[in-house]
Amino acid sequence: MNLIKIIKRDQPSRTIFFLTPVLAIFLTLVAGGLIFYILGFKPFEALKFFFIVPIADMYGFSELLLKATPLCLIAIGLSFCFKSNNWNIGAEGQLTFGAIVSGGVALLFYNQEGFYILPIVILAGAIGGMLYASIPAILKTYFNTNEILVSLMLVYVSKLILDYLVVGPWSNPEGFNFPETRQFSDSARLPLLAEGLRIHAGIFLALAAVVISWFIFYKTYLGFQMKVSGFSLKTAKYAGYKGKKMIILVFLISGACAGLAGVGEITGPIGQLHREVSPDYGFTAIIVAFLGRLNPVGIIFASLVVAITYLGAETAQIFMQIPKYTGQVFQGMILFFLLASDYLLFFKIKFIGSKK
Amino acid sequence: MHKIFIRSLVSSLVFLFTLTVSAVAKDVKAAFVYIGPTGDHGWTYQHDVGRKAVEAAGFKTTYVEGVPESADAERVLRQLANSGHDVIFTTSFGYMNPTNKVAKEFPNVKFEHATGYKREHPNVSTYAARFYEGRTILGTIAGSMTKSNVIGYVASFPIPEVIRGINSFTLAAQKVNPNIKTKIVWAFTWYDPGKEAEAAKALIDQGADIIAQHTDSTAIVQIAEKAGIFAFGQASDMDKFAPKAVLTSVENNWGPYYVDRVKAVANGTWNQKDTWHGIGDGMVVISDLDSAIPADVRAKVNQLEKDLASGKVHSFTGPIYDQKGNLMVAEGKTADDGMLAGMMTYVKGVEGDIPK
Repeated sequence: MNLIKIIKRDQPSRTIFFLTPVLAIFLTLVAGGLIFYILGFKPFEALKFFFIVPIADMYGFSELLLKATPLCLIAIGLSFCFKSNNWNIGAEGQLTFGAIVSGGVALLFYNQEGFYILPIVILAGAIGGMLYASIPAILKTYFNTNEILVSLMLVYVSKLILDYLVVGPWSNPEGFNFPETRQFSDSARLPLLAEGLRIHAGIFLALAAVVISWFIFYKTYLGFQMKVSGFSLKTAKYAGYKGKKMIILVFLISGACAGLAGVGEITGPIGQLHREVSPDYGFTAIIVAFLGRLNPVGIIFASLVVAITYLGAETAQIFMQIPKYTGQVFQGMILFFLLASDYLLFFKIKFIGSKK
Repeated sequence: MHKIFIRSLVSSLVFLFTLTVSAVAKDVKAAFVYIGPTGDHGWTYQHDVGRKAVEAAGFKTTYVEGVPESADAERVLRQLANSGHDVIFTTSFGYMNPTNKVAKEFPNVKFEHATGYKREHPNVSTYAARFYEGRTILGTIAGSMTKSNVIGYVASFPIPEVIRGINSFTLAAQKVNPNIKTKIVWAFTWYDPGKEAEAAKALIDQGADIIAQHTDSTAIVQIAEKAGIFAFGQASDMDKFAPKAVLTSVENNWGPYYVDRVKAVANGTWNQKDTWHGIGDGMVVISDLDSAIPADVRAKVNQLEKDLASGKVHSFTGPIYDQKGNLMVAEGKTADDGMLAGMMTYVKGVEGDIPK
């Protein structure tokens, strides 16, 4: 009499592996529409304002790319860690510290112009992120600490350092002590891709990260090591991989990417340091990394999907008075449905006609 | 007869014209950008009360809540300017640079930025309230009612606005009780119930029996209620959150200003201004005084409120000395707005140093 039968798979399904993110997005749309309906809004109209209107013109689309850039960059970095069983939850801190270091360098040149300034500023941001990521990595490898806790706690430390700097020593001397620095000189700003749009050269950093990471993941010995460590640490040890080196390396890569995302924000649209460099991109990028299945190409799509939840939430509030915080509800639902539908990786659902 | 006919024709035409003009005027749309949720019962909540006053005056309004001061602010502003809003109120300091940037691109849209100092384009005005006048009242009550002579003060950021409030509060308290000390804890946040509660507890441990706050959540008054001490509400009337503890609140009353400015846009009389209104103009309102306040203090406070409103009393009347005993304002003089706007030193009686 059973109509549905659940069968365990012999092996996780490849197709399902890449289909579940799509399924998760679809379920999020359905559930989102339902929520809108319960709240008293027309579901299809709300979804239209959420997902279509914000990117209906060139400007909107450029804003989508602007928003997706840091998410993509950080998620690529995180996938190095996550693939190899290293749980770096502190990308937000690495972003912040990268922004602090590169912002500090940019402030040194506040009244100077020159082609050499921007490369130094960018490099400083990457180094800042790496330095900050090296703390949980070194503590993990040499003192066996839990990298989840250390990296997460360091996020708050980095924000306090930023607070201290912009309130105190780095605050704009002409700025009435408000918590912000001077504006950077034009030479320390990432060039814009088009007049009137905010999309900047930082997108090339993200695209470069995608290409390089794809190459490393699938074409190099390091990528293979990461994969093996991800499946089983014991196997990796048995195979003779030097685990410590790899752990530190993936953290450094991850930190560099987060640091660069920070550089992109402060030398791109913001143009100075202040207390809110990032609206928690470092945390949202964790969703992006998993939604993209830790695959560089997948992460591009995932970053676009998640980016639109930010834009859509604003549009929906402006035009339909839907509370803006629904954007975060959508982000949560995507992750929830993704994790839930991972069930299908290991189990098959079979529909059986009722027998008499 | 002829003349009368023409006259009535003219007057009816004028009448018709005014009708059309006022009909057009009603089409003015105002937008509000908020840093927090409208339900914070503090800063944003009060701005939203002001927005509702604009609605009640017959104008259409839109708002976007929870807009971070990151790169996102600029996009929200541009979208509002692009979608038919005639005047946009940006209600947090961190929106200053994005406001001026977007104002340049939309010369026909009026921008009103709260608490900032940059008016780089003719379509940008700034506005703020003389909250320190309200704090003179709070200081008078605190000085009269403290038994431990230690008054706690939870401060947000060491900017002139906040220093001014601490000073105004302390001067007023000293006037009625020369033995008091004001102890400050810097929370480095405008809104964080957790941090604010910690700060309040620290002050209670140091012997404070009355706590004032320059942060926006209701956490502090609730802690005071539990500890059985007194406190003052901030931004909105917080009495209902701690009926025993709250002696009174300093309310931010933006409604009259908002209605005024939106009407000015409708009539075409809007011009660039830097507004700084206090009790006299109704932008700062003292909530009902709690029954725990003795009759003599109550009478004194009521008189003080009237005198501050009329200008007979100024919060910063000399002689005023700084912590080291240097004269800041001579006897019989009052601090001018320039000095108030840049105030970065504590007066005598405040404990500790301003964080640098």
